Amino acid sequence: MAVLVFIGAMLVTVLVKAWPSFSSNGLGWFGPGGDVESQLRAMAESKPLPGHSILYFRAWPLIWGTLLTTVSAVLVALVVSTLAAIFLTEFAPPAVRRVLDPVIRLLAGVPSVIYGLIGILVIAPYINNHLISNARKASVGYVVQLSGADVMTASLVLTVMILPIMVAISANALAAVPASWREGSLALGVNRWRTIWRVSLHAARPAIAAATVLATARALGEAVMLSMLSGGRGFAPNLLDGVTFFFEPVRPLAATILQNAEGLTIPALAHTIYAIGAVLLVSAAMLSLAGWAAKQQFKRYGIRA
Amino acid sequence: MPTVELAPAPPSGSAIARAPRERTASWPLVDRIGYWLCWAVGIGLCLLALAIVLYMFVKGISYLRPSLFVESPASSVKQSQSGGFLDPIVGTLIVATIGIAIAMPAGVAIATWLSEYRRPSWLARAVESAIEMIAGVPSVVLAIFGLIIFAQPFLGFLSETDASGTVSGKSFFTAGAVMAVLALPLIVASTREGLTQLSDRLREASFALGRTPATTIRRVLLPAIRPDIASGTVLGLGRIIGDTAIINIVLGLTVTNEGVGHAPLISTLRGTGSTLTSYIYTNSPAGEGSAPQKAYAAAFVLLMVVLGLNGIVTLLTRSSGERDRGLLSRAFRLIPYMPDLSR
Repeated sequence: MAVLVFIGAMLVTVLVKAWPSFSSNGLGWFGPGGDVESQLRAMAESKPLPGHSILYFRAWPLIWGTLLTTVSAVLVALVVSTLAAIFLTEFAPPAVRRVLDPVIRLLAGVPSVIYGLIGILVIAPYINNHLISNARKASVGYVVQLSGADVMTASLVLTVMILPIMVAISANALAAVPASWREGSLALGVNRWRTIWRVSLHAARPAIAAATVLATARALGEAVMLSMLSGGRGFAPNLLDGVTFFFEPVRPLAATILQNAEGLTIPALAHTIYAIGAVLLVSAAMLSLAGWAAKQQFKRYGIRA
Repeated sequence: MPTVELAPAPPSGSAIARAPRERTASWPLVDRIGYWLCWAVGIGLCLLALAIVLYMFVKGISYLRPSLFVESPASSVKQSQSGGFLDPIVGTLIVATIGIAIAMPAGVAIATWLSEYRRPSWLARAVESAIEMIAGVPSVVLAIFGLIIFAQPFLGFLSETDASGTVSGKSFFTAGAVMAVLALPLIVASTREGLTQLSDRLREASFALGRTPATTIRRVLLPAIRPDIASGTVLGLGRIIGDTAIINIVLGLTVTNEGVGHAPLISTLRGTGSTLTSYIYTNSPAGEGSAPQKAYAAAFVLLMVVLGLNGIVTLLTRSSGERDRGLLSRAFRLIPYMPDLSR
C-alpha cells in the first residue's frame, strides 16, 4: 500500500539528506560543545567556524531543551490527566460530563498558534514583570537574557496541549473496564475510590502507558507553540542555577527546524536541519509504535481502547 | 463498613453500571482528597477552556474590523497600515480544500480495506501501524520531507521554477498535499470506527440478496457510516486549518498570495501565500510583523472556525444514533489522532 511506501520513502529520504551531518560529526552530534547558535549562523552564512568544518554541529542544548520541556510537561499531564479521566468516567454527574466532553475536544482542537499567541502575549509578559526580579536577570545577564519566554512557560502551555489526548485515551480505557470487575470489588465492601484506584486504574495501566507514550511523541514534535514560547535560543539551562533555571530560555529540536526553515536552500544548514528532523522522526516513530503496542496489549481483555 | 448497593441490572450496552451515590464522608482522608482533586481538575479544565475562549473573544471583538476581511495584507511597520487578512483567509480555504480532496477518498479507501478485506493480513497489520506512525510524525518533519519531494524537477509543474532551474517546491498545491497526510489518520480512524460498529446483519442481508462485497461496501456500508466519514473529515479539516508548521515551511510565507504563470486559477495554486495560522504567527511578537492586534483578530476568527467545526462534529456524532453507549462521545475517541500538537 501507498502508506507503507510513503513511510519508507520518508525515512529513507530524510536519513539520506541527514547523513552528511551525522557522518561529519559522528556521535559528537548529540553531545555538548560550543554554542549551537553560532554553529547554525556559521552554516547560514557559509563561513565555517575557525578550526571546524562547515558541518560542525553539537546539538546538546537543543536536545536538553527538548527533554526538559517534554518530560516536565508529560509528568504533570500524567497526573492531571489521570485525575481528569477518573473524574470524567466515575464522579462527574451526567450534566457535567456532557460539558467536559466537548471542552476537552475543544482543548484538543485549539490550534497551537493560538496557544502560542496567548502564551507570548499574556503569560510571558506576566512572568517577566512579576516573577523574574531584576537581580535575577542581572545574575545571568552575561550569558543569556531572561524574557519570560522560558522553560517553565513553554512546559506549562505544552502540558495543556497534551492533556486532551492523555485524558481521551485514559478515559476511554477506564470506561471500558468490565463493570463486573468493579462490581466484584464494590461487593467486597471496598469504597469507590479504592475500587477505582486498585481495579480500574490497574486494568487501564496499558492504556495509560500508551497515552503517556503518544503524548510524549506529540510533545517532541510540537514546533510552533514552542518556537514562540520557549525563548528561541539554543541554550542549555543549568540545574545549578537554582530557581533561575526555570526562567532560562531553550529551543527544542522541532522549533529549531521551524526557525531555520528559511535556510533549507543552503546545503550545510539543510543537512543539519534534516539531521534534526531525522532524530525527531525516528524517536516519534518509535514512540508511536510503542504506544500502539501498548494499546494492543489492552486488547487482550477484549477491550477496544 | 458502608454497605454498597449495586445498581439494578445495567442497561444493555452500557459500559458501566453506576453504583448509587455513595457518601464520601465515610472514606479515609486520602481517598477523600483524591475525590476532591478529581473534581478540582475537572472544573479546572472547564474553566481553562472558558478562559481561553472568553479571552480570545474579548480581544478579538475589540480588534476586529469588517475592513480586515476585505483588505489584503501589506507589509508595514504600522498596524494601521498593514492591511487586513483577506489573502490568508483565501489561503486557508484553498489549502483546506486541496488537503481534504486528497485525504478523504484515500482515507476512506484505506479504512474500508483495513476493516473489510484485510488480506494479506501481514500487510494490513503493517498498514495499521504505519497509520499510527503517520499520526505521530511531527508536522515540521512532514513539512521538510514534503519540501524534498516537491522540489524534484519532475514535479516542477506544481510550484515555481526559477531562472536557474531550481524548483522551489513551495505552493498551495504542495502545501495541500502535505496537509492531506496530516488529515489522513483522523479520517481512517473515524471511518474504521464506524465500520466496526456496524452490525454484521447489514452485511449478511446484503450478501443474501446476492450483492458482491464491493457493491455491499459501496451501496450499503459506506452510506450507513456517512456521519462517521463526515465527522472524520471535519476533524481533519480542523487539523489542516490549525496547522502552522507546514504552512510556514511549504507555503512560502509570502505576505499576499502570489501567483505563478498566467492561467487564472492554476497560477494561484502554483504560487505561494499565507493562511490564517501563518498570519497569526508572523504578526505575533515571535514573528517579524509584530502586530499583536491583527494577530488577535485573526486568532479570534480562527478560533471561531475551530469552535464551529467542533460543534458540527458534536452534531454529527449525536445524530449517528444509539446515544453513544452512554459515557463518552464518539468523537472523543478520535482525540488521539487530532492532537493539536505540532501544528
